[in-house]
Amino acid sequence: MSESPLDIIGQEYSAGFVTDVESETLPPGLDESVVRFISEKKREPGWLTDWRLSAFAGWARMTPPEWAHVNFPPIDFDAISYYSAPKSLEGGPQSLDEVDPELLRTYEKLGIPLHEQEMLAGVSRAEPRVAVDAVFDSVSIATTFKDKLREAGVIFCPISEAVHTHPELVKRYLGSVVPRGDNFYAALNSAVFSDGSFVYVPKGVRCPMELSTYFRINEQNTGQFERTLIVADEGAYVSYLEGCTAPMRDDNQLHAAVVELVALDDAEIKYSTVQNWYPGDADGKGGIYNFVTKRGACRGAHSKISWTQVETGSAITWKYPSVVLRGDHSVGEFYSVALTNNFQQADTGTKMIHLGRGTKSTIISKGISAGRSQNSYRGLVRTSPAAGDARNYTQCDSLLIGERCGAHTFPYIENKSASAVVEHEATTSKVSEDQLFLCRQRGIDPEKAVSMIVNGFCKDVFRQLPMEFAVEAGKLLEVSLEGAVG
Amino acid sequence: MRLLDIDDLHVRVDDKPILNGLSLSMNAGEVHAIMGPNGSGKSTLANVLAGHPGYEIIGGSIRFAGADLDGLAPEERAHAGVFMAFQHPVEIPGVTNMEFLKAANDSRLAARNLEPLSALEFMKKVRNLAQSLDLDSEFLKRGVNEGFSGGERKRNEILQLLLLEPKLAVLDETDSGLDIDALRTVADGVNRFHADGNGVLLITHYQRLLNHVVPDHVHVLADGRIVESGDGSLAHALEERGYAWLREDREDTPPARRSSGMRN
Repeated sequence: MSESPLDIIGQEYSAGFVTDVESETLPPGLDESVVRFISEKKREPGWLTDWRLSAFAGWARMTPPEWAHVNFPPIDFDAISYYSAPKSLEGGPQSLDEVDPELLRTYEKLGIPLHEQEMLAGVSRAEPRVAVDAVFDSVSIATTFKDKLREAGVIFCPISEAVHTHPELVKRYLGSVVPRGDNFYAALNSAVFSDGSFVYVPKGVRCPMELSTYFRINEQNTGQFERTLIVADEGAYVSYLEGCTAPMRDDNQLHAAVVELVALDDAEIKYSTVQNWYPGDADGKGGIYNFVTKRGACRGAHSKISWTQVETGSAITWKYPSVVLRGDHSVGEFYSVALTNNFQQADTGTKMIHLGRGTKSTIISKGISAGRSQNSYRGLVRTSPAAGDARNYTQCDSLLIGERCGAHTFPYIENKSASAVVEHEATTSKVSEDQLFLCRQRGIDPEKAVSMIVNGFCKDVFRQLPMEFAVEAGKLLEVSLEGAVG
Repeated sequence: MRLLDIDDLHVRVDDKPILNGLSLSMNAGEVHAIMGPNGSGKSTLANVLAGHPGYEIIGGSIRFAGADLDGLAPEERAHAGVFMAFQHPVEIPGVTNMEFLKAANDSRLAARNLEPLSALEFMKKVRNLAQSLDLDSEFLKRGVNEGFSGGERKRNEILQLLLLEPKLAVLDETDSGLDIDALRTVADGVNRFHADGNGVLLITHYQRLLNHVVPDHVHVLADGRIVESGDGSLAHALEERGYAWLREDREDTPPARRSSGMRN
C-alpha cells in the first residue's frame, strides 16, 4: 500500500498578523485593584464596580472545571494581563474619522467593513447592510450605522457605553441570564470584562439590518473578556453575527467571554458565530483557549432563540450555547459545526432547559475531526415536570478524517415531564477512501474533494447561516482543512 | 492510434498477488471486453488503471496515449483521459450531484487551461444528459448517489462518462444489477460515447451487455492474466460453456482466433 491519502500536515491561518499600535496594557496579575482599575477606566457607576468585586470574590473561591474532555496544563491566571487598549483610544470610542488608520487597516485586512458606504442615490443594494461593532483587545474601536439603527429605535453600542447611556436596561438584564457566579470562567469574566456589544430591540421592531461584532485579540499575553448582552423586547426580531480572530503566537491566550440573550414574548433572536481564533500551529504550539459561556433566556411565550456556530479555531474550545425555555411554547435551536485539526481540542454542545409548556428544541451538531484532534459533543436536554408536551430532537453527527483523531459524544437527558418527547440520533462516519477515490477519479484534487465532502456533511447547519456568512463558513472550512490530506 | 499498452503487469493488494503478468493493447476506436470468473482480477485491472492507492504495481508497465501512467495521481490520470465507471458507486451525503458534476467538469477544463462553462450552460448540458439517460432532473439536486437505486447509480456513472468525454472508458461491471431497460439505457449511453478517437474497456461477467455494445475484441482473464483472446464470438462461447473449459482446454482447442493485439 502507498501512504494513506489522509495524512495530515499544517494549515495556513490568514488572520495571524499583528497590528503595530501603541497600547496601554496592565501588567500581568489579578487582584481587587485590577478589577477597580478596569471599572475606573470605564468610569463605571458604583453598582457595577460592586458587582464586579462581588464576582471577583466569588471567583477567588472557585476552581476551574475539570469535567470537559480536554487536556491542558493549569492556567496561571497571574501571568495574564487583564486590560489592554490602543493608546489612541484613550477616552472611549470616537467617530470613525478619528480612529487610528492602522486599526482601520487591520479590519480591512480581515475583510470587516468599518466604513459606512452611503447608498448612491437611486441605486439600491440587493444585500442588506451589516452594522459592525469592532472590539480590539479590551475596547470597542468603532460601531457603524449607529444613527441608522437609532432611527428604528434599535440600540447597538459597546456595552461600556450602554452602561452610561442606558443604565436602567444594563442594570436590569446584566447577569440575569448568566449570573456572575455561574461558573469559574463566567465569574472571571464578570469581574474583569472589558468590552463587548449591547443590543436592545424595542417592542415590535424588526431590526432593519444584521448586527455584528468582530472580536480581535492583538496584544500578547492578554486575555480577552468580552461581554455581550442582547435584549429583544416583545415581538422584536434581531439577527446578530459574531466573528473572531487573533495573531499567531507561540503562547496560549485566554478568551473567556459571556453572552447573554433575552427574548420576551413573541421575540426572536438569531445568534450566529464564526469562530476562527488562532488554533495553534501544526505541532499544537500556541492558540487560543476559548472558554465561553453563552446562554439565552426565552422569557416570553412564543419566543425563539437560535444559536448557529461554526467553530474552526482555538486550541481548546469549551463552549455550550444554551437556551432556557421558560416562556410557554418558546423555541430553542442549536446548530453547530465544530471542526478540529492538528492538535486542537473541542468540547462543545448545548443545554436546552425546558421549563414552559409546549416548548420545543432542536439540536443539530456536526463534529469534524482531522489530524490528532479530539472533538466532543456534550449536550444536556432537561425537561421539568411543568414542561408538558415539551419536544426535543437531537441529531449529532461526527465525521472523522484520518486515523489519529477522536470523536466523542456525551448526551445527557433528564426528562421529568411525563408528556415530553425527547429524541436523540447520533452517527459517526469517516471520509472514506472510496469517496475520496471517486472524486479524484473524476479529476477533483484531494483537498477540494475533502472540503466538498465536509461541506456536504455540514449543509444542514450552513443553511441556518445568513447568506454571506454561509459562503464565508464554507471557505473557512476549506482553509482549516488545508493539509488534512496529503 | 495506440491508446493503451499494458505490458506484463504484476499487481498486489495487501501483499497478495492479484495480477500476474497481464498484457493488453488497445487502439483508439476499439471496444474491448474483459470477461472472467470472480476473483480473476477484473476489478483490480480497472482500479490499477485509475490509480487507486490501495493497489501496488510490482512489475510491468502501463502506457496510456503514449505516456507512462505509473506515478500519476488518480486525478492526473483523470485529466489525461482515463475514466472508470464504478461497480459500486459510493454515496457522498449532502454534496449535490450538480455540485459534484460541476467540480469534476471544472477540474477537467482547468487541467486544459480552459474556462469553466457558465452555470447556465452547464445546467443545460447536464439536464439534457440526464434526460437522455431517463434520470429525473430532480436527481441533480440530490446528494451524490444518496438513496439512489442500483440502476440510478449506474446511469449516473454513464452521465459522468458522457459529460467528461474521456479518451478511455473503463466500465467495471456496469451491467451488474440492471434490469433489461436500464441495461439498454446504459448501453445506449456507452454507444453514444464511443467514437473513433476513444476506447471502451468493458469489464463484465455476462455476455448480455455485449449484445448491445458490440466488442471488437474479447479477452478472458483468469488467475491474474489474460488466458484467451478472440472476437465477439468468444463471449458467446463463454456464455454457453462457462469458464471451466478454458482452463482445461485452452492449450489445444482455442474457441476463436487469437487477436493480433494480444500477447499471452
